[in-house]
Amino acid sequence: MLRLEKRAAPSRFWTVVTPILAVVATMLAGGLLFALLGKPPFEAIRVIFWEPLFGANTAYTLPQLLVKAGPLILIAVGLSLGFRAGIWNIGAEGQYIIGAICGAAVALAFYPAAHWYIFPLMVIAGGLGGWAWAMIPAILKNRFGTNEILVSLMLVYVAENILSWVSFGPLRNPQGYGFPGSRNLQNYPSAHNADLIPNSGLHWGVVTAFLAVIAAYVLLNRHRLGYQIRVAGQAPRAARFAGVSPQRLVSFCLGTSGALAGLAGLFEVAGPSGQLSPDFNTGYGFTAIIVAFLGRLHPVGILLAGFLMALTYIGGEMAQLSLNLPSAAIQAFQGMLLFFLLAFDVLSNYRIRAKENAK
Amino acid sequence: MKRRTFLANSAVAGTALATGLAGRAMAASDPLKVGFIYVGVPGDGGWTYQHNLAKQAVEKHYGDKVKTSVIENVPEGADAERALTQLALAGNKLIFATSFGFMDPTINVAKKFPKVNFEMCTGYKSAPNVSNYSGRFYEGRAVCGAIAGQMTKSNKIGYIASFPIPEVIRGINAAYINAKRVNPDAEIKVVWVYTWFDPAKEADAAQALINEGVDVLMQHTDSTAAMAVAKKAGIVAFGQDSDMSAFAPTPRISALIDNWTPYYIKRVGDMMNGSWKAENVWYGLKEGMVQVGEITDAVPAKVKAHALDLEAKIKAGTYHTFEGPLNKQDGSVWLKKGEVADDGALAGLNFYVEGIQGKIPS
Repeated sequence: MLRLEKRAAPSRFWTVVTPILAVVATMLAGGLLFALLGKPPFEAIRVIFWEPLFGANTAYTLPQLLVKAGPLILIAVGLSLGFRAGIWNIGAEGQYIIGAICGAAVALAFYPAAHWYIFPLMVIAGGLGGWAWAMIPAILKNRFGTNEILVSLMLVYVAENILSWVSFGPLRNPQGYGFPGSRNLQNYPSAHNADLIPNSGLHWGVVTAFLAVIAAYVLLNRHRLGYQIRVAGQAPRAARFAGVSPQRLVSFCLGTSGALAGLAGLFEVAGPSGQLSPDFNTGYGFTAIIVAFLGRLHPVGILLAGFLMALTYIGGEMAQLSLNLPSAAIQAFQGMLLFFLLAFDVLSNYRIRAKENAK
Repeated sequence: MKRRTFLANSAVAGTALATGLAGRAMAASDPLKVGFIYVGVPGDGGWTYQHNLAKQAVEKHYGDKVKTSVIENVPEGADAERALTQLALAGNKLIFATSFGFMDPTINVAKKFPKVNFEMCTGYKSAPNVSNYSGRFYEGRAVCGAIAGQMTKSNKIGYIASFPIPEVIRGINAAYINAKRVNPDAEIKVVWVYTWFDPAKEADAAQALINEGVDVLMQHTDSTAAMAVAKKAGIVAFGQDSDMSAFAPTPRISALIDNWTPYYIKRVGDMMNGSWKAENVWYGLKEGMVQVGEITDAVPAKVKAHALDLEAKIKAGTYHTFEGPLNKQDGSVWLKKGEVADDGALAGLNFYVEGIQGKIPS
């Protein structure tokens, strides 16, 4: 018989190894799933993980990895700060939407004027919008002790309704024949978040994501605030005795993650997506939660996890194409990744011991 | 400036890719590769289901001569652009983009792949290698409206509307005008659910309408949830997108069906014999892109005969729903007696006709 014994401290070894184990287990279980669907399992796994990186069309798929991973990393880095401190922002999707709306609104207010400062203003508006949206749960938590998980999540639905309203109302393209959706910012050079090197996929959002990774790393390892975040997560009472203000921490973590999610939304609407529409948001804010945990809430881990997640999206599409895999199977595959990660996490917090005196 | 360089470079890259593909395609009698992107999954039983039926019909019709690929569940926006590019890179020569939100991405990708042809469902932006196609669903809606007007005893027809866009507003107007022409007391009650597919919301909307005394239900959303509510309440309803015949003979007494099959088969054929040209089509009952589902025995014979007659007249072009005299909701004149709305006016229709209560949300 086996039994679990709690470790005094999480195992460093297993903390690093479990994500890799989770990926391997996902491949095995996913392969089994694909085989049951009557598809060649090895070929499917190869297409998902290999084809986007080394296949025939890497000139296109590699840049697309950046485009897909950028917002995931940017949002996940912000979320990880709060998650480390035990502050749960589940509403990044809403902050992403509001950031996009604020940024696009600035652009559309200037349309069609051409000024160099329009894009920087949009960036500021996008970040501020996301920050403000995340400060709602922060203020409510600090003032009234409300649960930030519920408030931030519920605000996603509010944001979606605002998105729908602006797409049909104030920000609707006047030349769009009454159809919902804003003007396409890709056709407005002053507002377009174009690739910095054409066809590289490297737009300002991706650059910002990389900067956020570095900034978060420095913050967590070199800065007092980062230390406070870590202590608050591991030992909340001790943190309070050490003079950490929980209120300040809540405001900082929610506000920062909101601002980064807002920036992600802004870069997306000004770049790859181009326009606001009722369906603008595609779940980056929620997927980023998986990315944050898959990356062990560590900035570098999140960077890798973001690319892995992007890989499953792009490879998943290629598998749909070449093997006719249904999209639901790909989604199940992505879900397994988090499932196995959480399951294997047992190993970093517990030690498995053989039971000596069974019976 | 940034933008210009971006365009120039992508054009170069696109041409290079396209020439490479053209070379590959010349390798004799390979099957024609046809790609599809779906906004949902075929299991929705409605919009995507019908597109998938047409895809299957293409496969059956042309056998080994075509090879189809599909990417499902594609969100509208940047992901659509990537999915379309992947299809083009994979060598598909004709690509069907089956949702309105794919329009801008389709135009973008079409620019980069001038040798690949695109079919954009319900779009309006043209390019040399992009066709737009859609159905005159209001023609089918007119027949359903006429049936509804005669079937209602409470004189209240319920209508579950998705988004306040011209397509949906046109359907509400068509249903109302034709119900009113057979039953001057008919009223229409509209609930906006802001979704194309959300069974829970659709069911809630149906229940709300029933609570208001509605006894005939129409919908411009894709799921069968409202149908199930109608069944429980003992009222009648119309299928949408697909036939929804599982609910016949009642509550489903007829249906408005999107039938893409003839068009898809024809366009694939055009590709094969080299006659494909970009065009904009808006086909109705006559061409079979819009169909009225079988009218069940729950409908009295007299009503059924009237509906079939109306359908025949629309097909023959002797009856037009949007023929004056018709006033706008505010009472001002829209169409004078004998005047028929042109396609431009219908395409941008953004107001209710006189008699419909309530406001279009904006």
